Amino acid sequence: MVSSSRTSGLVLDHIVLRLDGQPLLDIDCRILPGSVLTIMGESGSGKSSLLDFIAGFLKPDFRAQGRVILNGRDLTLLPAQERHIGLMFQSPLLFPHMSVLQNLMFALPSTCRRRQERRDLAERALADVGLAGFGARDPATLSGGQQTRVALMRTLLAEPHALLLDEPFSSLDRTRRGEVRDLVFALARKKGLPVLLVTHDEEDGLAAGGQVHRLEKAARKGRTYSAASADLA
Amino acid sequence: MGKAGGLPDVATVLVTTLLAGPVLAGLAGTVLPAFGYLPVLGHDSFSIEPFRKLVSMPGLTTSAALGFGTGLAASLISLTIVLVFTAAWAGTDTFRRLTRFLSPLLSVPHAAAAIGLAFLIAPSGFLVRLVSPWATGWTRPPEVLILHDPLGLAMTFGLVAKEVPFLFLMTLAALNRPHVQEYLKAGASLGYGRMATFFKIVLPQIYPLIRLPVLAVIAYATSVVDVAVILGPTTPQPLAPRLVGWMNDPNLSLRLMASAGALLQLLVSSGALLAYLLLEALAGACLRPRLANGHRHGREAGARISALLPMLTILAVMSLSMALLGVWSLARSWWFPAALPQAWSLERMLDALWAGGPSLGVTLIIACGAATVATGLALWLLEARGRRETGRLKVLIFLPLLLPQIGFLFGLQMFFLIAGLSGTLTGVLLAHLIFVFPYAFLALSDPWNRLDPRYAKAASSLGASRARVFFRVQLPLLLRPVLVTFAVAAAVSTGQYLPTLMIGAGRVVTVTTESVALASGGNRQIAALYALLQLAVPLAGFTLAALVPALAFRNRAAMRLER
Repeated sequence: MVSSSRTSGLVLDHIVLRLDGQPLLDIDCRILPGSVLTIMGESGSGKSSLLDFIAGFLKPDFRAQGRVILNGRDLTLLPAQERHIGLMFQSPLLFPHMSVLQNLMFALPSTCRRRQERRDLAERALADVGLAGFGARDPATLSGGQQTRVALMRTLLAEPHALLLDEPFSSLDRTRRGEVRDLVFALARKKGLPVLLVTHDEEDGLAAGGQVHRLEKAARKGRTYSAASADLA
Repeated sequence: MGKAGGLPDVATVLVTTLLAGPVLAGLAGTVLPAFGYLPVLGHDSFSIEPFRKLVSMPGLTTSAALGFGTGLAASLISLTIVLVFTAAWAGTDTFRRLTRFLSPLLSVPHAAAAIGLAFLIAPSGFLVRLVSPWATGWTRPPEVLILHDPLGLAMTFGLVAKEVPFLFLMTLAALNRPHVQEYLKAGASLGYGRMATFFKIVLPQIYPLIRLPVLAVIAYATSVVDVAVILGPTTPQPLAPRLVGWMNDPNLSLRLMASAGALLQLLVSSGALLAYLLLEALAGACLRPRLANGHRHGREAGARISALLPMLTILAVMSLSMALLGVWSLARSWWFPAALPQAWSLERMLDALWAGGPSLGVTLIIACGAATVATGLALWLLEARGRRETGRLKVLIFLPLLLPQIGFLFGLQMFFLIAGLSGTLTGVLLAHLIFVFPYAFLALSDPWNRLDPRYAKAASSLGASRARVFFRVQLPLLLRPVLVTFAVAAAVSTGQYLPTLMIGAGRVVTVTTESVALASGGNRQIAALYALLQLAVPLAGFTLAALVPALAFRNRAAMRLER
């Protein structure tokens, strides 16, 4: 599905975020299918708010300009659940009241109706990340790395058209981190998803292989503010 | 995307109408008759005659003073006991253990607590029996006014015993705020004693959170009816129970005077609230300069013990009172001065239980109905408002608790009468809802706001609709607090005396109205049994709230109660 059509990919079209009238960050770029844009910045630089804006969760005290366009479709005014943007957080956030398998089945689109088929798809997703047979387990009994892998498959089963990663590797220890990170990027590339990665770990940025942008904490210092613009096309 | 501020959502509007509507209508319905206007009874001109009649009632000043004094004193004493105890013991094992005992006491209805207390401290009560006749020589109950004492001491004590658990749990909830535990440690590491740390560092931060509950306690205690009837002075009674007497008098013209009296009650309660706010300002002005004086109050062993004693006393008194209810309901004969019944009888209890069945059924229907509606509304309101600030809304929701019930129930009763709801289950349920909803919202808003918002984000980014996120993710994650809220709401509904009495118009009889009526009668056994039945509803509710999540999530480690 990797194509070079002019509309494909995730376009952040002249986005400016303001908090209480003060500009917080601006960004203007396009992330092609299968490629990764890494945004690095200290806390307070507005990177979480950027992800919130793209995914459809921006808090009302923020004001935003610009558009989010995914594969030619303007998402800016759509509710979160219609955007087809997969989100991964710092922690895996598996729903603690469901089993591992239920977590995955929750993500499957309702167009896939038959229970057995849903079950099979979820089981296969588990096997894909080396967790075959973990379906009946309580998510709380899985290790951090295993939980992150389940969370990744949960995100992908919802058939997203783009991925937003909010420091999803920061909760893992060093040895697991590289492994899980490679898995995420490999799967995203295979599915041809544009990926926006937010992190403050230099290594994450290097491993992503794409372009890296740094946001500087600025808004409160003076008139300069975080700016990043790029066209990876 | 959610709505961008601006217009309020449907749930907010609905709840506002539900709470403010009856209160305002009720107030209007009280004010008009107070000035002589009550067309239903043929009074269609305004006059100050009702007030003239009110002022001419004997002992009116004493009644008003009793309401003001007992209510304010009980509230101040309760608050002091709670704060001093929390300061001295927060974070210790003792604290945790006592917490476990105090929480269930919150759900004991006022009337049941007052009846149990009467059995304990009356001249013919358990305490006197324990020391008679061997120490006192009494073979008959002494003729001292321990209950119904003219100063209202017994009543004040009864109120304290009930308000301490409430204020304590409110304080406990406030202590759950982030970082409070760290502040306690920070204080200790700077060499401050426990109590000094609490009063100088923690209390100034959490006080805004317990302020509304304190004000609600004052408004309630200055206008309480059931506790006053059971424990309070009789010659004259405090203002509130006298008003109810006039309102229910067969002589309908007394209603105008009763309405004028309800306005006086409003004045008494707001006077007490004002007095508290003055005291608060005074205490603040005196204490603020001392915050940074460096006194660390490191030696506090004595102070800590004296902080524990009142709390232990209240626990002991309440537990004994509840136990006495059980003993009395099983006693066949128990003559003074025997410490325990001479004869026990299960049959008589079962007979009484049989007779009490219908009123228990009515209580259950109203409690479950009110709790379901209140919990549902609270959930709807919280979901609809998302994570918006609830500060101003909270004051509005608390409004019915900051006014004396009697002030607007008189008027409300009239509107219900006109609407044909007076004396119906629906009417009583609606009236209960006004007082039940604030507690439901209070119980649910903290857990709701503590729920990690990213669960909902994760679910909607997976394509789940808002309804699916609510029913499949948020509601199950909050199952325990939702059930606890339901139980709290059912307990509050069960404890309602005045709304049931006024709106039920004697045709809707619950175990609470029945037990207050029986408390003044001679049959202690029946009174004890009805008081026990009052406990049954909250007990069942809280048991369910503990069992259901434990069963539903028996295989989910992260859903277990963290302790």
